[in-house]
Amino acid sequence: MLQADIQLRLSRLDLDAAFTVASGEVVALLGPNGSGKSTILRALTGLLPLAGGRVVLDDTVLEDPAQGVMVQPEKRPIALMFQDYLLFPHMNAVENVAFGLRSRGTDKKTAREKASQTLARLDLSKVAEAKPGAMSGGQQQRVAMARALVTDPKLLLLDEPLAALDVSIKTSVRRLLRGVLSQSKAANILVTHDLLDAVALGDRMIVIENGAIVQTGTPGEVTARPRSSYVADLTGVNLLRGTAHGAVLELDGGGQIFCAGHATGPTLAVIAPAAVAVSRQRPEGRECNTWQGKVNAVDLMGDRVRVHIDGTPAITAEVPPAAVDQLKLDDGGDLWAFVEPAAITTYPQ
Amino acid sequence: MAKVKLPFNPVLALLAALAALFFIFPLIGLIAGAPWGHVASVITSKTAVQALELSIIASLSSTAIAIVFGFPLAWLLARGRFPGKGVLRGLTTLPMVLPPVVGGIALLLAYGRKGFIGKPLESATGITLPFTLLGVIVAESFVAMPFFVITVESGLRSMNRRLEDAARSLGAGRRTVFTRVTLPLIWPSLAAGTVLTWARALGEFGATITFAGNLPGVTQTMPLAIYISQSSNMTDEAIALSLILVLVSLVVMIFRRDRSGAG
Repeated sequence: MLQADIQLRLSRLDLDAAFTVASGEVVALLGPNGSGKSTILRALTGLLPLAGGRVVLDDTVLEDPAQGVMVQPEKRPIALMFQDYLLFPHMNAVENVAFGLRSRGTDKKTAREKASQTLARLDLSKVAEAKPGAMSGGQQQRVAMARALVTDPKLLLLDEPLAALDVSIKTSVRRLLRGVLSQSKAANILVTHDLLDAVALGDRMIVIENGAIVQTGTPGEVTARPRSSYVADLTGVNLLRGTAHGAVLELDGGGQIFCAGHATGPTLAVIAPAAVAVSRQRPEGRECNTWQGKVNAVDLMGDRVRVHIDGTPAITAEVPPAAVDQLKLDDGGDLWAFVEPAAITTYPQ
Repeated sequence: MAKVKLPFNPVLALLAALAALFFIFPLIGLIAGAPWGHVASVITSKTAVQALELSIIASLSSTAIAIVFGFPLAWLLARGRFPGKGVLRGLTTLPMVLPPVVGGIALLLAYGRKGFIGKPLESATGITLPFTLLGVIVAESFVAMPFFVITVESGLRSMNRRLEDAARSLGAGRRTVFTRVTLPLIWPSLAAGTVLTWARALGEFGATITFAGNLPGVTQTMPLAIYISQSSNMTDEAIALSLILVLVSLVVMIFRRDRSGAG
């Protein structure tokens, strides 16, 4: 079990994040570029010393600046798989994988045997003697995975393990990774900015923005009730913030909407784009949740079209492709949006 | 790696051929002009054997010095963070562009018998540098070491340092990181720097003759012996001695290219 409280002062970012990861659990660390995800991993390995906070792994204090405790990176039972793999170019696959074992004192023969077995488990036996430069990206990725797994770490850190892969093999490698992680007894942290990776691989999600944790929960909870516009954008829903007075939600950016539920205080509201109806004329007989804005952008998403409307509030609607022509959305101009109160999900901030 | 077939460009080919011939012609001149009748007697003469011996001892010694002292300096220049680093780099690599004879005079003023280092050195240890083999080695090191420093520094700079992070995160201590990751990765620079330094030391003339003089059997290295033969109208000797240096250098360059796989 990992208990981490990471405080760092960097030139472009102040990081302050406390979280725990149970042994055998997979936590997906999700956040936009530059939010501090990879920095957290570097800090956990000890490559980036903490300014404050504490890192405890299985009851061993690895780092505690206030107490002057700093276990060097090479002494930590942690494995990090780097986003760009960082395989040693002058070593073949077996030597790369055996490196961690050799460094930690395993004899050469045993290390090579264990490395070969791990490579075989990841279906890499045929490139065992090849150097990274002669491998495909997918093979390099799996060798990097083998190199991280072979030392039986107590904490396994995966930095965007699928990001550099070709789309064509991403699915199969994700499946492979899920199999590997499901057998892992380590505390596992997976850094990603791909919601699909986080949902498919993570038992729990931690969303981080600007160096701070903005939400934690199961993938289901986080996607159903996003607390940040970053996650809302990933799942493609509209997220509105405001203060609720009964059924009325006064929005932070101006405007108000009427919701089916009753609440008070700071509240978040999620509206699926498909629940937003649009028309060129003011909808008749509807008083509430009807407002006007300007067409900002029109995007094709699969067989649906998303219309972004600049209004108070700004909102994204999903319409069938035929509507683009019928409503002449490409011309821009004013558009009315309408949302049924029953289609709005609210929850406290 | 895929071979890209370049379209034939006659201008490019002509210029490249001229460049190649420019280097080949002097070699042909040496070979054609060599006094093949008595090359054997010249190169087994006392002067030649002594000079070759001195050249090899001095060039290898100064190469060793360049590695032992130059590597830490290259490391500091590549990885260190301190004020005045640029100035330090400029000063320590100045001999690369300085006329060697100027270097020789500067060496005399510092390490000569009356030099501000040489004088106390002599009174403390009895060691004098000018007109000794040690002086030859000092002169050659002064001129040649910068080649090692600058080559290794650029090798250290261009290597991906995150590979060292990766090694540490895999449990390697600093020493293991250095021997198993850093050294193998900068190996090509180390090899190139060593060969360049050695070649520069072997050919060193100006600083050597200025600082260490031209004593046969003591400080007269091959380039000095060649120059003396040439200037005292013993052209045959000069050519024969030159052929030896050409042969030695050629063997090393070919060996190096084969080893590094760059050929």
